Amino acid sequence: MSQSNTVIMPGETTRTRPQRTSYARQEALAGIVFAAPWLLNLLFLTLIPLGASLYFSFSEYQIVRAPVFWGTRNYVTLFTNDRLFIKSLWNTVYMVLLGVPLRMVLGMGIALLMNTKVRGRALFRTMYYLPSQVSGVAFAMLWGFLLNPQYGVVSNVIWSFGVRPPLWLADPLWVKPSFVIMSLWGVGGTMIIWLAGLQSIPEVFYEAAEIDGAGRLRRFASITLPLLSPTTFFVLVTGIIGTFQIFTQAYVLTAGGPADASLFYALYLYQQAFQFFKMGYASAMAWVLFIMIMALTLLQLRLARSWVYYEAER
Amino acid sequence: MAVAEGKMASRVEPRPRAFHQRPMRYIVGRVFIYLLIIVGGAVSMFPFVWTLMSSGKSVWELTAFPPTLFPQEQIFIENYTRLLTEVPFLVWIRNSAVVTGLNLLGAISSAAIVAYGFSRFQFRGREAWFFIMLTTMMLPGEVTLIPQYLIFHALGWIDTFNPLIVPAYFGGGAFNIFLIRQFFLSIPRDMDESAEIDGANPFQIFFKILLPLSKPVLATAAALGFIGNWNSFMGPLIYLNSPRKFTATLGLRYFSMGATAATIEIGSLQPMENLLMAGSLIVAMPCLILFFVAQKYFVQGIVTTGIKG
Repeated sequence: MSQSNTVIMPGETTRTRPQRTSYARQEALAGIVFAAPWLLNLLFLTLIPLGASLYFSFSEYQIVRAPVFWGTRNYVTLFTNDRLFIKSLWNTVYMVLLGVPLRMVLGMGIALLMNTKVRGRALFRTMYYLPSQVSGVAFAMLWGFLLNPQYGVVSNVIWSFGVRPPLWLADPLWVKPSFVIMSLWGVGGTMIIWLAGLQSIPEVFYEAAEIDGAGRLRRFASITLPLLSPTTFFVLVTGIIGTFQIFTQAYVLTAGGPADASLFYALYLYQQAFQFFKMGYASAMAWVLFIMIMALTLLQLRLARSWVYYEAER
Repeated sequence: MAVAEGKMASRVEPRPRAFHQRPMRYIVGRVFIYLLIIVGGAVSMFPFVWTLMSSGKSVWELTAFPPTLFPQEQIFIENYTRLLTEVPFLVWIRNSAVVTGLNLLGAISSAAIVAYGFSRFQFRGREAWFFIMLTTMMLPGEVTLIPQYLIFHALGWIDTFNPLIVPAYFGGGAFNIFLIRQFFLSIPRDMDESAEIDGANPFQIFFKILLPLSKPVLATAAALGFIGNWNSFMGPLIYLNSPRKFTATLGLRYFSMGATAATIEIGSLQPMENLLMAGSLIVAMPCLILFFVAQKYFVQGIVTTGIKG
């Protein structure tokens, strides 16, 4: 900046003060100018929409007519008079309860395997990671084909053992487990995060424990798990948030069926907004989702104090 | 790359006191680990292989029992030509390329500019703004989706690429800003200060000093952004209506609907599962190739944001 060339005479306090503040002001101005694109985004694409959707959620709004404020009716209907809403909530919770733990165990298991000294590790790591790069739609197409009840390869393999396979996506009881099985194929994405966590654990801890006579299991329980807990926490929180927003596979493969057994929260929200054009009702759903995610995350942050170990704290 | 070389050698070897048992136990353990890794890797790769093989079969062979792994007729070329000529797949891929390219250009350049503001200038409320930015990352997209749709509707942008591209030019997303800011903070300020003394203005410092040093993080943002854009589905689904404007993911889904709807309506018409598999592979291919080309950037981005974020 040009100010840096100004020579400041000793004792000239009255002159230097305004100089310095104008420098600071220029710097602040430059900072805000550079940050401006995001500030505009925050205002027009986040804050104003946030306020608008809150207002819509308390309104009757069927897109063709302007929204009419009608209090909490959308919310009351959601929880007392909408069987499908409750069903979609349950379907989503089911996916969280079954899918998140399975993906965590599998992802950590593969990461532990990848962390041992095996030949060709880079190749194997790529093999496990690659499926997570496939787009939701292609992913869905592929698995819809693999799980086809008539000629799908998975069913054929099960038949070859003399066992009758389920109808997968066509069976209300099996459609959610089928989606969980599919999601396991994409577990490589979190595997990489686990692996990074594992490799940040200093080797000396294991050596010291070994000298003290700790066995393999003991070392895993007393060193690996506690030191990995920030990663575990991250994977858990993002896993739950992600599962609450599951959409593409169900939209593409089952459209919520059969018998609404795969009508997940985000899918039902989409249907209300863009198929039935009930923008007010869908906004209320969005806010319920937002509050649930916030509450769950805060709860987990709270619980994390007792089981997540941050090295910097000690 | 840190991930590539874990130094676990000493841990894998058994403890000295079991010395006389060592070879047997060690070998059994190793064989078990290799077996697990190989079987798991095969399971992980199988859907790709099966899809690739299926894309070269006739519909008749696809549904035959017992199933074949390798196509007997091998009509790969015929299937892929049909897909690219009878279905506007090339148009959809071009649309995806346009949207992804223009979105990335805006997202990365504007994220870098905003990150520069947040990392190199002191202004009132900077930390608070930054905190707000981090919290917006947790905001589920569904909450702002409907008003955003209405805004783009009012602008007359429905059935254009604008809603998928223009927002990226306003900051490029909190994730990218965070990623790039962390990198800028790791570049010593002495660099820009000496340039400042030489009379460089903030723009020159940004373009001549920070950006050239930041190629790795920009590549990471580009790689992750490419995957996100190319694979995105809900945005195109909501904003694009006419089939010729569809992106690849939307087109693939449209095509699959056509295939199944036709099968249901006209019993004699063959389901085009083989073409569907070919299409799925074509849509997935750019991301798979990109991963092989830019593997280290992916791992880097996932590690920095996953652990330190």
